[in-house]
Amino acid sequence: MGSRASSLLREEDIEEIKKETGFSHSQITRLYSRFHSLDKGENGALSREDFQRIPELAINPLGDRIINAFFPEGEDQVNFRGFMRTLAHFRPVEDNEKNKDPSAGEPLNSRNNKLLFAFRLYDLDRDDKISRDELLQVLRMMVGVNISDEQLGSIADRTIQEADTNGDMCISFSEFIKVLEKVDVEQKMSIRFLH
Amino acid sequence: NVVLFFCEWASRFFSGIIAKEPTSLEEELKEIRRSGSKFAMSDIFYFCRRGVESIVDDEVTKRFTAEELESWNLLTRSNYNVQHISTRLTVLWGLGVVIRYCFLLPLRLTLAITGVTLLVVFTTIIGFLPNGRMKNFLSEKVHLMCYRICVRALTAIITYHHSENKPKNGGICVANHTSPIDVIILASDGCYAMVGQIHGGLMGVIQRSMVKACPHIWFERSEVKDRHLVAKRLSDHVEDKSKLPILIFPEGTCINNTSVMMFKKGSFEIASTIYPVAIKYDPRFGDAFWNSSKFGMVNYLLHMMSSWAIVCSVWYLPPMNRQEGEDAVQFANRVKAAIARQGGLVDLLWDGGLKRSKVKETFKEEQQKLYSRILVGTHEDRSRS
Repeated sequence: MGSRASSLLREEDIEEIKKETGFSHSQITRLYSRFHSLDKGENGALSREDFQRIPELAINPLGDRIINAFFPEGEDQVNFRGFMRTLAHFRPVEDNEKNKDPSAGEPLNSRNNKLLFAFRLYDLDRDDKISRDELLQVLRMMVGVNISDEQLGSIADRTIQEADTNGDMCISFSEFIKVLEKVDVEQKMSIRFLH
Repeated sequence: NVVLFFCEWASRFFSGIIAKEPTSLEEELKEIRRSGSKFAMSDIFYFCRRGVESIVDDEVTKRFTAEELESWNLLTRSNYNVQHISTRLTVLWGLGVVIRYCFLLPLRLTLAITGVTLLVVFTTIIGFLPNGRMKNFLSEKVHLMCYRICVRALTAIITYHHSENKPKNGGICVANHTSPIDVIILASDGCYAMVGQIHGGLMGVIQRSMVKACPHIWFERSEVKDRHLVAKRLSDHVEDKSKLPILIFPEGTCINNTSVMMFKKGSFEIASTIYPVAIKYDPRFGDAFWNSSKFGMVNYLLHMMSSWAIVCSVWYLPPMNRQEGEDAVQFANRVKAAIARQGGLVDLLWDGGLKRSKVKETFKEEQQKLYSRILVGTHEDRSRS
């Protein structure tokens, strides 16, 4: 008995993940169950195909980019630690965390880190700037074939114009933050995890 | 259709890993539109969040594995999250194993073999009789008797509700599908004409002898793809009022009995009365769901016969007919909603075929179209003002 998902996760691992991500013990075991059920190959890691098997994700226009966010640079497999680290970005920001010890480092679900996650969905080549091309790519993913190249191009140009403050025709991370300063990022990029 | 998908999400607040927000794409983006810009870089937040929500918990993939139980029922196969099992529980479990495998299983196997053998033998004998009232009468009796023996073989405890709505000749009976046992459960309470593909082996032998006693509709593998042929044979059958009602499972595949998935419209295109039936199993005594990608038929039957019991409820719903101006798909969805409501199951629009195949691109295209309309729509508003 017990050769099931939950017993493959050791207590030490759970403690470490708890410290790193802020998830509770029961949340971690439930998410491990989910991880295990997605892992069809049963090799302790998820591949891109495992994610694409989820129909609701497959029909999401940004599905591929979101899946990409789970995989570290150049790798094809994500283990449970990596899975949790990425999910941690979507934990709601609780009040008690704002008073946390600053030397512990910024929590993964801070406003800044949520914005960085979103920024990286645009910035495919990880050069810390969103170029016109990268912006167009994401726009094209979201609109499909329904808007012409010219119209999409002008939308992209206007967006960059409004955001770009240093005139390099790209959007840096700080310019990105400025554009979104009035948006309730904490709420829009959070998922209500139950206990 | 896309709006319907989003509405489904609204009612998923029950036990789960996360609570999903019921806002739609339009609602969220309208909030940002107040600032007047056409496109906002924060537009991706919606898709991003929805995407990650579906990674944590989605409505489809969990329908193809057995339902998780709140507390353990002493069957190893249902042990998902129980990490720590005390000594006392282990002893109870051990006792359970002895009772189930040494006592219940052999008993049930004997009954099952008896039931199947009698079915084959008697239906073959009846096949020699000339067609007529006597043949039909005997065929009914034989079928019912053998199915009832099989029900005992599974220790199936079935509660039938609203038997006054039982399907009549010339109609089509549709039910939600969880396992091949569904057939035994329904056929032990009434006589049906079965529909299906003809198999080889033991299954084929049973099928071939059954059809000697009364007209079932078996298809060769090649004929299954020919939708017109299938429709024609079904129509011909229902037109003949002396023939038994057809039993069909429109989902086309086994689902884990927590939801009802898309009904294929084929059976709803035929002009006849539909008798919906809802079947709900109680998973605490033994989960009846057949996970065909994990277990073969023999393994599955072994599981069934070594469970505590198969407990289920069957509701016969009032007959439904296609209404004026309703097409087959709408009718199918209406029937599906009625079955889901009665059985306490989640009503999903997703296709059960997603168990094995990829989702169609058209759904993504619908979302893209919706988003484009929001983008371009704002442009039109601005050019007007």
